[in-house]
Amino acid sequence: MTKQHANWSPYDNNGGTCVAIAGSDYCVIAADTRMSTGYSILTRDYSKIHKLADKAVLSSSGFQADVKALQKVLKSRHLVYQHQHNKQMSCPAMAQLLSNTLYFKRFFPYYAFNVLGGLDEQGKGCVFTYDAVGSYEKVGYSAQGSGSTLIMPFLDNQLKSPSPLLLPAQDAITPLSEPEAVDLVKTVFASATERDIYTGDKLEIMILKADGIRTEVMDLRKD
Amino acid sequence: MFRNQYDTDVTTWSPTGRLFQVEYAMEAVKQGSAAIGLRSRSHVVLASVNKAQSELSSHQRKIFKVDDHIGVAIAGLTADGRVLSRYMRSESINHSFTYESPLPVGRLVVRLADKAQVCTQRSWKRPYGVGLLVGGLDESGAHLYYNCPSGNYFEYQAFAIGSRSQAAKTYLERRFESFNESSREDLIKDAILAIRETLQGETLKSSLCTVSVLGVDEPFHFLDQESIQKVIDTFEKVPEEEEDGGDGEAEAEAASAAPAEQGGAGDQDVAPMEM
Repeated sequence: MTKQHANWSPYDNNGGTCVAIAGSDYCVIAADTRMSTGYSILTRDYSKIHKLADKAVLSSSGFQADVKALQKVLKSRHLVYQHQHNKQMSCPAMAQLLSNTLYFKRFFPYYAFNVLGGLDEQGKGCVFTYDAVGSYEKVGYSAQGSGSTLIMPFLDNQLKSPSPLLLPAQDAITPLSEPEAVDLVKTVFASATERDIYTGDKLEIMILKADGIRTEVMDLRKD
Repeated sequence: MFRNQYDTDVTTWSPTGRLFQVEYAMEAVKQGSAAIGLRSRSHVVLASVNKAQSELSSHQRKIFKVDDHIGVAIAGLTADGRVLSRYMRSESINHSFTYESPLPVGRLVVRLADKAQVCTQRSWKRPYGVGLLVGGLDESGAHLYYNCPSGNYFEYQAFAIGSRSQAAKTYLERRFESFNESSREDLIKDAILAIRETLQGETLKSSLCTVSVLGVDEPFHFLDQESIQKVIDTFEKVPEEEEDGGDGEAEAEAASAAPAEQGGAGDQDVAPMEM
């Protein structure tokens, strides 16, 4: 007798793509604004980017209900941290917190594919990329979501960063300037939109620098 | 005289229907250094006197941020106050998480009061030795509450607790009717003037007090020393026109005017842990 399988899944995939690139004194976090289910579009105007702290911004694709729940948990934990330490969490600290939060639900995971971008304690850009259960790595750039397989190889081609396992440790940040990085992001999204049905509508870009956060919006193909 | 027989633990009533342990806990509040709260229609100001154990140490924190829209000032056992502030912060965060909206102040003070009441009805506990002035803003407007160790709570337009608070209360009683319509600046000025009343002759300096504000479109935050000093400068030059702030109301511990720099050293009856 074959094993019975559930005819209902607690998960759904709302699609979309997220990208982040770390620079010498900036970090670019971008995501499309399309939210879908199956072959239908739920909305063309949903932001997948969420500011967790002054210097840490999270972008997640996957099951948006789980993403929302994850954001709420992180926000509450950040408030507790602020009460205890009298300051905001740094990006590397938030990165570890996110990893722990995800692994906490190792046996009923958050269906969220995360990219955390921000500035580290020295003011340099940093990007952390995750899987659904919290395995993470500090990298110079990353893409997650439905368009990641189309975008990542191109970013590798343009920005290939040294392996984090190298000794002596080398910087993962890209030598690109901020306008060049933003331009690259727009290019990769335009390309991914062409071939990935779940990516499109609008592109939201957040540029994090020491003096604050700037947001740009660009139109993408709507088909 | 009969007090001593019935005051051993909190679960013993006296023949006259009093719980002496709870009343003793309220005494602890009177020993702490002054804390003052006032509110207008749109703002709440909490202020406290910075009292340090000795010249070498820093002063104890008496005002805590609970959330963007709630702050609390304490008087009495500061350790108890710190623990209760942590509880309030936790309640506020949990409420925001569940309801995606700020915790109404009235709900918070009830929970705090219920928590205090528990300690008045368990033989293995003792009442919290701290009075809390909870100031906050919610949909129904600005509020100021006072929570007692007894588990009672009251709403006020303005109030003062701690040592020499009667002087501040007298000042506030004269002025409170205008507070509702006060501007933010006037409210802050009144708070600092009320603090001055508790100092009884000591020169008012910005280093001696801590002031915090919250209001519509203004999350809870502390005023920096410069801003406080600026307000002090506007009235410190004016000669004192009010009647003696001291009054005949002698506090039970006879906290006489010890030399300004001595701080807590003059009050022999004050236990070191109470500020």
